[in-house]
Amino acid sequence: MVKRLVVGAHYGFGDWLLQRLTAVVMALYTVMFAIRLSMLTSYDVFAWYDLFSSGMMRFATFLFFMSLFYHAWVGVRDIFMDYVKPISVRLTLHAVVAFLLLGYAGWAAQILWRL
Amino acid sequence: MTIEHIARTANFRIYRYDPDKDAAPYMQEISVELDPTDRKLLDALVRLKSKDDSLSFRRSCREGVCGSDAMNINGKNGLACLTDIDSLPQPITLRPLPGLPVIRDLIVDMTQFFKQYHSIKPYVVNNTPPPERERLQSPEEREELNGLYECILCACCSTACPSFWWNPDKFVGPAGLLAAYRFIADTRDEETNERLDNLEDPYRLFRCHTIMNCVDVCPKSLNPTKAIGKIKELMLSRAV
Repeated sequence: MVKRLVVGAHYGFGDWLLQRLTAVVMALYTVMFAIRLSMLTSYDVFAWYDLFSSGMMRFATFLFFMSLFYHAWVGVRDIFMDYVKPISVRLTLHAVVAFLLLGYAGWAAQILWRL
Repeated sequence: MTIEHIARTANFRIYRYDPDKDAAPYMQEISVELDPTDRKLLDALVRLKSKDDSLSFRRSCREGVCGSDAMNINGKNGLACLTDIDSLPQPITLRPLPGLPVIRDLIVDMTQFFKQYHSIKPYVVNNTPPPERERLQSPEEREELNGLYECILCACCSTACPSFWWNPDKFVGPAGLLAAYRFIADTRDEETNERLDNLEDPYRLFRCHTIMNCVDVCPKSLNPTKAIGKIKELMLSRAV
């Protein structure tokens, strides 16, 4: 069989756009988090608990982590697409990273709502 | 006023490889006496070739229009005919354009580069019956094509792009994408949507990570990164 080169998976634009939007979310959160930290009167475990006790803070932090994981997914996948040529190895690596990031998202939620 | 004729010598380290004779490529150290009229790197190379006629390189117009004599000059891609010989630190290291298969010495196989160029349909597609005279554009519409149509396809940009090095078969490359935008921006072209569809792929357009090596090396001072940005903007405006 002649090896044919196939391109045209129409997800390039969506991923590119989402990577930029998630970067904006992370940048905004970083500024907001820095401000909240600077407003703390004491830096101990109780202040930390207090900071994350509000639903808004938990939601914003979770959104940050989701953005981080999606952003990382696109970036890491790009690296695999550039450097890992055998399709089977690449698919395996994609799957490992995807499930790892999904696991991290679940873990982040568990930690945030346990605080 | 007298013109001082100072004897000038150009020292070179040149990538040499003749697949019929050499087992592996090697760097040849060679010097040549320059004439006072020799101003460009190409002048020195032509003089060098008269000394060692086994040296192979492409050249044609010798004035930056044909794009034949693109090579890697002291680590940076450029045209030999536009590079001032006196501006280069010596020894001048010359290598073939990176990332493309070497045919011999400084001559590379540009098949992959032109394959990508042809993949973007580098011509106006217009299926409406042509008017009696030419298809007209307003001065403003024509203005859009400035900075795009001047590309001479020398491949300096695409072969300076790591994304093109890794995926020359899938990533169109800066030269191809600049040409793609040249036809997207052309008001006489009727295939904008198809052209955008053709590029909406994780490889063909989105391997560009905006490192701007292409802008850095373009001997015609064009800006493929800007053109790529405009293609992305158009994709955005049709998607949201």
